[in-house]
Amino acid sequence: MSINTSLWQRHGLLERNSILLLIGILIVIAIGGLVEVVPLFYLRSTIETAEGVRPYTPLELAGRNIYVREGCYLCHSQMIRALRDEVERYGHYSLAAESMYDHPFQWGSKRTGPDLARVGGKYSDDWHRDHLLDPRSVVPGSVMPGYPWLFSTDLDFSHIAEDMKVQALLGVPYSEEMLADALADARTQATTDAPGGAALMRRYPKAQVRSFGGNASRITEADALIAYLQMLGTLVDFKLYNDKANVR
Amino acid sequence: MVQSHTKYMTMGEGGSAAAFAGLAILSIVIAAKAYTPEYAFHAYLFAAASVAAILAILNRFFERIDEPVPLLTIDGKPNYNMGPVKLGTLLAVFWGIAGFAVGLWLALELAFPALNFDLSFISFGRLRPLHTSAVIFAFGGNVLIATSFYVVQRTCRARLVGDLAPWFVVLGFNFFIVIAGTGYLLGITQSKEYAEPEWYSDLWLTVVWVVYLLVYLGTIMRRTEPHIYVANWFYLAFILTIAVLHLGNNAAVPVSLFSPKSYVVWSGVQDAMVQWWYGHNAVGFFLTAGFLGIMYYFIPKRAERPIYSYRLSIIHFWSLIFLYIWAGPHHLHYTALPDWTQTLGMTFSVMLWMPSWGGMINGLMTLSGAWDKLRTDPVLRMMVLSVAFYGMATFEGPVMSVKEVNSLSHYTDWTIGHVHSGALGWVGFVSFGAIYCLVPWLWNRPLYSLKLVGWHFWIATVGIVVYITSMWVSGILQGLMWRAYTNLGFLEYSFIETVEAMHPFYVIRAIGGLLFLVGALIMAFNVWRTILPRKELATAIGLAAAE
Repeated sequence: MSINTSLWQRHGLLERNSILLLIGILIVIAIGGLVEVVPLFYLRSTIETAEGVRPYTPLELAGRNIYVREGCYLCHSQMIRALRDEVERYGHYSLAAESMYDHPFQWGSKRTGPDLARVGGKYSDDWHRDHLLDPRSVVPGSVMPGYPWLFSTDLDFSHIAEDMKVQALLGVPYSEEMLADALADARTQATTDAPGGAALMRRYPKAQVRSFGGNASRITEADALIAYLQMLGTLVDFKLYNDKANVR
Repeated sequence: MVQSHTKYMTMGEGGSAAAFAGLAILSIVIAAKAYTPEYAFHAYLFAAASVAAILAILNRFFERIDEPVPLLTIDGKPNYNMGPVKLGTLLAVFWGIAGFAVGLWLALELAFPALNFDLSFISFGRLRPLHTSAVIFAFGGNVLIATSFYVVQRTCRARLVGDLAPWFVVLGFNFFIVIAGTGYLLGITQSKEYAEPEWYSDLWLTVVWVVYLLVYLGTIMRRTEPHIYVANWFYLAFILTIAVLHLGNNAAVPVSLFSPKSYVVWSGVQDAMVQWWYGHNAVGFFLTAGFLGIMYYFIPKRAERPIYSYRLSIIHFWSLIFLYIWAGPHHLHYTALPDWTQTLGMTFSVMLWMPSWGGMINGLMTLSGAWDKLRTDPVLRMMVLSVAFYGMATFEGPVMSVKEVNSLSHYTDWTIGHVHSGALGWVGFVSFGAIYCLVPWLWNRPLYSLKLVGWHFWIATVGIVVYITSMWVSGILQGLMWRAYTNLGFLEYSFIETVEAMHPFYVIRAIGGLLFLVGALIMAFNVWRTILPRKELATAIGLAAAE
């Protein structure tokens, strides 16, 4: 009997024993995932060293949750690939460090609309308001839906400190002070010339403080979403970033 | 009738009723203290479903006369449990049409954005997960549950394990679909593609899935055949791997018991890798391994020929499940994922071409000596074309996973076209074929019309071809426009110019989708007429009127 036939016969063991078959499947499917996923958690080269990346402010986090809720990631990526045309169109290629506090990541997989990884500061708040209310009023060829309800719905941030506590538990460096002041910080950031603005910016460097949604009398979901959009890609100063130091 | 002895509730009945009572109470407490009205609505749905389950269990208990344990065999023949299979088959038809219709609507929204009507619950970003979940999990999932329960019983010559358990699998899974789908419309999502449902839906699905695995494995253990048939290997790999993927990708911490929101434990680059390890293997194990189980049973059965090669089945099985799990990183080429992971993902994706085509050959060559049946049997024709589409999609996939190709194709409609040649061509057609086989077998009557199957075949095939060719053109066109430079070295097109260029192809794609939907509606009519022929229908209406 050749080796080959005996191998085929040995397979008969798996065909007659369901538990062995089950264990065999489990081992075979475990290998690839373990090899590809596990090293990403301990290889130091996985995430670059980059100055400036910080946790989201409470208002930005609330805005990010609206971005997730409305499914923006289904048409907009937040991941600039290291390709010439992308870098020229959108800016410096995205670093792993820039999304290291993102639970979950928002890299996206489709660009029905443009990449948003560095959209922060590219347009005015006014533009964003017009664009979210009626995209075709500012971009005639756009196929984006309008989001008028964001302007008529008050932002519910009453539980935002709990959200941040969970993120802290998962490793996002929110300090005790940040958690304690979460509610006040959310209100402060959405108010133009708010007295607490300086303290907020000390806790969250580069945070932008103003009424984003254009209606100073209330804080709407639009305030939070625009605050989030306006900070995207603004944390790392690429004039100072040394990509040679992070060759992987 | 006088009972001869006291009737006892079984452990299964009593335990399930008690568990549902606990769930109902918990749900009501959550509903009362929920942070958002959307979450309260879901909690009430859980409470209502739990109460309905208790009523169903009690009703069955009072209706039945004696011990509920059904006979495993009758006159030496296995007493198959086909009730859950029938329900799963009908639900698959229903969800298929729902999912295709939502897909058509989404296609029209992209072509004519005014159709979003500025309404939150039908805006593209909320409807899109409804479409993907409805077709993959609701349609595909019901097909898989129904066919796997059918195949495992027939090939093991044994009744399904469990009394209430198989019903719980079908009903519990469909309840998950309802929670997931209504959640998307209300804005409840964790934004992980093809794993959008939030933590509480994920927990519920975990319970359902563990019961599914136990019923399936238990039935295999109860088999009276010495060997486990090859289709069952694929189904088992599908059930087991989906459980592992589901737990890994959805590991999350809820903000509170009273909040629908949770945060996934992984972040950034690791989360991206875990997501596409899950995402690509939802394709590999849900949409491929599971449906290969269908191929390995229904094609030989329908063609009345044995599987072409037993040894090829073994190689196909182990190499497919080993290689697939590595392929995830090809969704992340040139991103911030480390290069070594990208290269590994690409290498294994290219290698995956081989087992995929090995499987295709095994399926197609099963028709050796029976090719003439393609002329006479449109159901077999449908399944054979599905295997051909499988071959096409699994060739295109490795090509697109090559980094240089991916730099053009990624983020464009080419990916959407590729997915649909697999989803409509392979998964759709092999499912339709299985449904056309199952309905006559389950209800024990001939199919209402083979001619209508022929119409379904041609209309849907034209639809698929229109769909994928329009997406090839739009995807490659957009990819080339994004990277086009003028003679002076400037980017030639603004982004919005590339969006405007897509319009005609979005219209053509919608026409392709419409044709596919029309085909499915023909199938639904055919299934309906098979189960309720005109005569019986007339009698039923007559009886109702007489009462």
